[in-house]
Amino acid sequence: MHLDHPDGYPQRHTHSAAPVRADGSRRALRIGLGGPVGSGKTATVAALCRALRDEFSLAVVTNDIYTREDAEFLLREAVLPPERIAAVETGACPHTAIRDDISANLEAVEDLEEAFRVHGPLDLVLVESGGDNLTATFSRGLVDAQIFVIDVAGGDDIPRKGGPGVTTSDLLVVNKTDLAPHVGSDLDRMARDAREQRGELPVAFQSLRSAQGVAPVAGWVRDRLAGWTARA
Amino acid sequence: MTAGASGVRAHARITAAADGRGGTALPELAGSGPLALRRTGCDGPEAHVTLVGAMSAPLGGDRLALTADLGPGAALRLTSAAATLALPGRCGTAARYDVRLTLADGAALRWLPEPLVSVRGSELAVSTRAELAASARLLLREELVLGRAGEASGLLGSRLTVVREGRPLLDQEVCFGPGAPAGWDGPAGLAGHRAVGQLLVVDPAFAQRPPAARELGEHVVAAPLAGPALLVTAVAPDALRLRALLDEAAGHYAWSAACGTT
Amino acid sequence: MTDRTTSPAPAPSPAAGPATLLVLADGRFPAGGHAHSGGAEAAVKAGRIRDAAGLEEFCRGRLHTAGLVAAALAAAAALGLDPAELDAAADARTPVPALRTASRKLGRQLLRAARAVWPAPGLDALAAAFPRGAHQPVVLGLTARAAGLGPRDAAYAALYESVGGPATATVRLLGLDPFEATAVLARLAPALDDLAGRATAAAHRARDEGAGVLPAASAPLLDIAAHQHAQWPVRLFAS
Repeated sequence: MHLDHPDGYPQRHTHSAAPVRADGSRRALRIGLGGPVGSGKTATVAALCRALRDEFSLAVVTNDIYTREDAEFLLREAVLPPERIAAVETGACPHTAIRDDISANLEAVEDLEEAFRVHGPLDLVLVESGGDNLTATFSRGLVDAQIFVIDVAGGDDIPRKGGPGVTTSDLLVVNKTDLAPHVGSDLDRMARDAREQRGELPVAFQSLRSAQGVAPVAGWVRDRLAGWTARA
Repeated sequence: MTAGASGVRAHARITAAADGRGGTALPELAGSGPLALRRTGCDGPEAHVTLVGAMSAPLGGDRLALTADLGPGAALRLTSAAATLALPGRCGTAARYDVRLTLADGAALRWLPEPLVSVRGSELAVSTRAELAASARLLLREELVLGRAGEASGLLGSRLTVVREGRPLLDQEVCFGPGAPAGWDGPAGLAGHRAVGQLLVVDPAFAQRPPAARELGEHVVAAPLAGPALLVTAVAPDALRLRALLDEAAGHYAWSAACGTT
Repeated sequence: MTDRTTSPAPAPSPAAGPATLLVLADGRFPAGGHAHSGGAEAAVKAGRIRDAAGLEEFCRGRLHTAGLVAAALAAAAALGLDPAELDAAADARTPVPALRTASRKLGRQLLRAARAVWPAPGLDALAAAFPRGAHQPVVLGLTARAAGLGPRDAAYAALYESVGGPATATVRLLGLDPFEATAVLARLAPALDDLAGRATAAAHRARDEGAGVLPAASAPLLDIAAHQHAQWPVRLFAS
């Protein structure tokens, strides 16, 4: 008798993020959200959950600097039931957990997928990184696409400065556009600089002050999900 | 018992068996040398035996052994009359104290000795091995005290092995005092505490109602093992406070004789 | 030390050299270790580690208890002992559920990395037998085996990890001078050498006499603090 884990678990331990599992079923799309501290990653995750939770089966993995802060924010805001939110410890190095050593995040994602496998398998897992700097990006072994969230209050020169998040993310979100006049940020300049850095890669400007604020980002996620489902 | 230049050899034996009338008989109760055994009464199904220190022991070089064998349905409470003092011997070699407990199905043993005090200059290795059948119950307390009050300690090692249905349930070894592996008194070891103790409760009923891991005090944790058992681990500044912590834990988790049999 | 030829699964003579051990023991090996402090976060918060000297004492204590036990289990697994027997031995040597959970989680994470890095049927079989994860030292030993390393290499990897994790964590938690922390590790090297030998000898003994003879050294405060740490609402490290 073993009291720690009386339940059987199907075999897993895939080490890649192959879209189709050994049994032929399709795993959930995994989207990472990164960006500097305070740019609004958690608020964006919360808004995305509210916008998409009625259409899709969702779950979130948080990677806060401190283990449970972001997870608890999401719980307080009641954007998802607690069993759809998991928190990963990062040992004070949030970028390590999403880029250099993704094993704990993969475990968390797979645990969530496993939990919902029978009743309403997950369509989408959002992996939120802990607030870091402009160099933090997700490993392609962990996520299928990544969103980088910056905000106008952090300075309108951030797109010009570039860095891996700004230049290579699949979607750049410029958050808190409602604050632009107050902090003297030039949105046109940010858009121009972003285009210069990112070429054809999309940029979304958003303010979460209004309920519809997340619509452009939610729309982008819907397109991604449609593509994912069609491909697999 | 034999005594030679290298120390005392002594082996005390207890055999307990259900007497068929709801009590427990003791077909064998054989003290030896410093390990004298007294039947001190009974409480319902449970026989009481007290280990009486007939002479100062263990000294360096001594090899002491205590064996308790409980047949099916037997219930025994085994205590000691006083603390055991590990003392330095003339020959400067280590003493050994081996306790062997065997519990058949339905047997229940409460092994609640007084503390083991390691006196400066002594060297003692204790080994306790319990083998339990599936429905046996065991309550075991171990208290290790490093030095008499205000004195330095000797070298004290203790290994506790519990095997249930042939599978290891608990295997733990500690070693403290001068000559122990480095770091024993450091931030991962005792960090200046001088008393360390454990209370082990093995009870098949835990399989249905597993106890939760719990902090019972600043340095006391009750932890469910991977099988139907719970281990309370405590460190304390001294023996008195350690006993208070373990008594409180026993109040939460241990059974008493009145509800002893099934 | 006896070396009978009748052992159930004789270990292949180690084919891999020290370079392979460096890959396995590298702190950057992506198996989740970076998020575990080995009890250092709790000891720092309790004020039991304040500086390099405290870190060194902590590491010595951990090395001779949890480190030795992990090293012997890893060496035994590398030698080819039954992983199920070793996993049960690890359970019996890990009374605190928080540490069993952490060990199995780390075991699962290591197995994921190991199967990608050194694919081997033995690792696939282990994954099938322990879907919730085997104890990390057991996985480490089988990983060493899959990599062509021997029991002593596995012991070294386990021992180094048992102190490398706390040292790195303390640098992050206390802002400890990283040169001082690394100097601590360098001073521990002779102890690692000694313990690797003892762990390997114990593994060979266990091959003949069963996993019960493996070391079971424990540290009371590590166990107590591990449970307390797992209850913190806010922490940087998983253990």
